[in-house]
Amino acid sequence: METYFTKEHEWVTIKDGVAAVGISDHAAHLLGDVTFVELPPLGKVVTQFQQFAAIESVKAASDIYAPLSGKIIKVNEALEVTPEIVNESPEEAAWIVRLEPSNLEELQNLMTRTQYEEFLGGME
Amino acid sequence: MAPFGGWEMPIQYPTGIIAEHRWCREQAALFDICHMGEFLYEGDLDAGGLEGVFTFSVKSIPVGRSRYGFLLNERGGVIDDLIVFRLAPEKVMVVVNAATIDNDFSVISSRLTGAASFTDISQATAKLDLQGPKARDVLTRFFGDDLGTLPYFTFTECTLLGAKAVVSRTGYTGELGYELFLPAHKVRELWELLLTDERVRPVGLGARDLLRLEVGYSLYGSDIDQVTTPLEAGLSSFVNFNKEFVGKEALLAQREEGAPRVKVAFRVNSRRSPRHHYDILFQGERVGSVTSGAFSPMLGCGIGLGFVSREAAAIGSTLTISHEKVSMEGTVCDLPFYRDGSLRS
Repeated sequence: METYFTKEHEWVTIKDGVAAVGISDHAAHLLGDVTFVELPPLGKVVTQFQQFAAIESVKAASDIYAPLSGKIIKVNEALEVTPEIVNESPEEAAWIVRLEPSNLEELQNLMTRTQYEEFLGGME
Repeated sequence: MAPFGGWEMPIQYPTGIIAEHRWCREQAALFDICHMGEFLYEGDLDAGGLEGVFTFSVKSIPVGRSRYGFLLNERGGVIDDLIVFRLAPEKVMVVVNAATIDNDFSVISSRLTGAASFTDISQATAKLDLQGPKARDVLTRFFGDDLGTLPYFTFTECTLLGAKAVVSRTGYTGELGYELFLPAHKVRELWELLLTDERVRPVGLGARDLLRLEVGYSLYGSDIDQVTTPLEAGLSSFVNFNKEFVGKEALLAQREEGAPRVKVAFRVNSRRSPRHHYDILFQGERVGSVTSGAFSPMLGCGIGLGFVSREAAAIGSTLTISHEKVSMEGTVCDLPFYRDGSLRS
């Protein structure tokens, strides 16, 4: 299953037509200990690259941007009480929302894992 | 690592700020605090002029004890918060913040008469803090049981690793702990020795800031500064109005009129962190701003300090903390936020 990434360090994977979204291992590492995740309301319609959630760590507060347009159909409520799972498992257990993508062609605007790693390499 | 007062300082070690914070609350944390400044005064306290410099009386500190207080400007603003150690009847060590070393030294020097010697020994003096409920057990394991009997705000001059040192029962965490002063060339050896004990781990400035905020200690440069008086900051218990000091007139006038703004402590009703410079609103009006804020691991919510106009400062008042899109509700509360530390155990 291919994982795609944004320049703002969100990831998305698609399974059975549903997209799981989170922040990358790199982003979690940069943030440091995560203390709070602001989840969007269920049913909210989001637009690719627009802010839809927020995350706070001991060091900083950051926005989270939608990697794809679509409707939020599930939020990871575990993050409300144990946001530290973002540090423990950013690209698996700490998915933030699941959404119904409205336009899969938007995947072309994202990076594959290989491209993302090259992108990170270029940032150093 | 981050620049701080001319030093490269560890914000965190690999385990991260939250784990380091917990280690200090449960075990023994070792802090590299070599950046802080130390001055030595030798001579008669009255003749040399030291007695009139700070907001407290140095003469009234018994030998072997230390006291916290302020160096003020003429307007009553805080030039620095510091601790004075009475080493001997005519020998005093002043411990100051790193970023303020040069200015403090010149201000204090300008207030002295020249009849006593006053020297900046910061470069030659290293400082490590060992803090946490296991700190006493660790210290006595290496250096003998005598150190275990020191009461709070008491110190002893002793020999550590063959060098002359000061071991002080003080700290900045709300836990049982010690500040260890020794010659700079010995500090690496002490650091490495203490870390051989499995109860000791290095803890950085990030966790230190959380620890001090949970017990409500002020951070110079954030919560107190040259335009903030001890009265506004709720720190008048460290000001002795029965003696002379620079800034006293201004404080007396402010005490008469009432401070226009005062410090508040507040708890946030979520895990959100209030942060430095966020606005504070009361009944829809902006009344001040946040000076320190964080998520408190011990309380499980955001906590903060800020300065607000007096009508918003009553315990129990509801404040709105706001910054761009972020908004959170806070309730004014007493200090300290966290009360279960091992400080006086």
